[in-house]
Amino acid sequence: MKLHEYQGSELFSQAGIPTGAGHVVTTIEEVEKLKDSLGDLLVIKAQVHVGGRGKAGGVKLAKPENAVEVASKILGMDIKGLTVKKILVKEAIDIDKEYYLGVIQDRANRGVTFMASVMGGVDIEEVAVTHPDKIIKVTIDPSLGLQEFQVREIVFGAEFPVELRTQASDFVRKLYKVFMENDCTLAEINPLVVTKNGQLIAADAKVETDDNADFRHPEWEDMRDLDGSDKLELDAKKAGLSYVELDGDIGCVVNGAGLAMATMDVIKYNGGKPANFLDIGGSSNPDKVVTAMNILMAKPLKAILFNIFGGITRCDDVARGLITAFEKIKVDIPVVIRLTGTNEEVARDLLEKAGYKVGSSMDEAIKEVVALANNR
Amino acid sequence: MGIFLDENTKVIVQGITGRDGSFHTKQMLEYGTKIVAGVTPGKGGTEFNGVPVYNTVEEAKKATGANCSVIFVPAKMAADAILEAASNKIELIVCITEGVPVRDMLTVYQYVKKQGVRLIGPNCPGLITPGVAKVGIIPGHIHTPGRIGVVSRSGTLTYEVDYSLTKAGMGQSTCVGIGGDPIIGTNFIDVLKAFEADKNTDGVVLMGEIGGNDEELAAEFVSTMTKPVVAFISGRTAPPGKRMGHAGAIISGGSGTAEGKVEAFNKVGVKVADTPSQVVQLLQEALKNKK
Repeated sequence: MKLHEYQGSELFSQAGIPTGAGHVVTTIEEVEKLKDSLGDLLVIKAQVHVGGRGKAGGVKLAKPENAVEVASKILGMDIKGLTVKKILVKEAIDIDKEYYLGVIQDRANRGVTFMASVMGGVDIEEVAVTHPDKIIKVTIDPSLGLQEFQVREIVFGAEFPVELRTQASDFVRKLYKVFMENDCTLAEINPLVVTKNGQLIAADAKVETDDNADFRHPEWEDMRDLDGSDKLELDAKKAGLSYVELDGDIGCVVNGAGLAMATMDVIKYNGGKPANFLDIGGSSNPDKVVTAMNILMAKPLKAILFNIFGGITRCDDVARGLITAFEKIKVDIPVVIRLTGTNEEVARDLLEKAGYKVGSSMDEAIKEVVALANNR
Repeated sequence: MGIFLDENTKVIVQGITGRDGSFHTKQMLEYGTKIVAGVTPGKGGTEFNGVPVYNTVEEAKKATGANCSVIFVPAKMAADAILEAASNKIELIVCITEGVPVRDMLTVYQYVKKQGVRLIGPNCPGLITPGVAKVGIIPGHIHTPGRIGVVSRSGTLTYEVDYSLTKAGMGQSTCVGIGGDPIIGTNFIDVLKAFEADKNTDGVVLMGEIGGNDEELAAEFVSTMTKPVVAFISGRTAPPGKRMGHAGAIISGGSGTAEGKVEAFNKVGVKVADTPSQVVQLLQEALKNKK
């Protein structure tokens, strides 16, 4: 799950990492109330899950006297298709210098890797390309935990001057704690700001958590953002399905994630546009198929493709499940079904007798569904 | 006879009495896998389908001399189950469970390595040496014994390709599903090394997907192999930043794209199929060119 900046800041703040004064609000009235409590200069930041919100006009400075005007421009604005429903109103920090501090679950090194840089405030991937010598990377073995020598490697590597080293070390230790305790896959402070008074402040918070760890964090339930396609994805997840919306018009229902991705790819390869990724998992349960179809048809489609490999679950069982499901839902667009594996001939017979188009090979079925969609 | 799994493999099922564990134990027994014990805490002393059940892996290993364990326990307990098997020096540990927190796997990975045992998975379908044994959930009858090795990050997509190999008369030495999570015990290179050394394998099919850099590393290794390899990479149409079912199938920060992986293979002369159905033909050509 991607956390909003204000949610990430809250985690930091709970762990004792200074984040600067501020409040998240959803209405202009709230801005009116708090505008005079945060100093002479405020920064108002849209809370949406897209990159580049600053460039899109979603982050602006304001004085207390024009805070309401600025906030009302940001609240409700559209950034890359998402409506801004929450804004973070913070005191603007008197910035002396900006650092970068981040930590990730590192697949390649099978550890937890800190990255730090004296060049903060810009995209760290850009720094990695232009100034690779300005990023220090330190990988921690989580079974040993963060060691003090590693804290030193990070703090010296990021070129913190002597008067900031104690504070910076403290940031590193606390960030590691936040990261591990919250099953984060990513926790990033960019920029890590040095104020004119020599204080370190986490001026932004980018945090992502591991969905596999949902079960030990019941508190996450309330933190989820239920906008647009995210909501459908969550509905699907609750039903034991895995769904990702794409921008095409051919709906796909597939069992298995790898096969589902390959199905999308072959649709594109044949000149069609997949509308989604959908993995219905191993079973042929008709209820699951009905749920899948309802999620799929929440948006306009031109055709639907089923691509099912019957392994342990036999194809004829899958076919019976599909027929039962189709009796429960009205579908007025073409459906192409492709089944392969155990008992596929029996399955094909059953489906054809019930009046469905059945493809034998994956390529043929996909060519057919693409032709049907392109003719509508 | 194939890699990792042969007629001397004696298997413990951890979570034998659960829904998935019991179903697949029957399937594995039917296929001829030597299942010597099950483990379910609190059910020690009972039997399941003629297989004795123990409370702990330690008891089960002591009583049966098992050298492999397959894990079907729920995600909350999966890391603990892997650690239990590794602590008892079970040589081959196959974790089928999906949804294990990555934080758990980071510590598990380090421990398994320290113990010098092999972990396959988690979130994997297991492995099969056709005609001999299967460990996990791979359907047996779509496979046939032969000389092609298959290694893959996914399940059903692999079955699809295995079945098309079988229908084309190209049997398999061993098919290994290494799993779709970000942190897995055995990666492509480990399996490629074993296939390269295996007298019964002539060529290899590698099924990769978006996310991480295992395919890129594998491509580097393939350039040192004598046996032909063909590949397929799924997720060419996947949007960045979205998890495509598998926890590991995600393009993040511009890395882990399908294009990058295809390019890495092309660079070392490995043909990458555009569609799964092209794999058989590409492999036939690669084998012919090698002779």
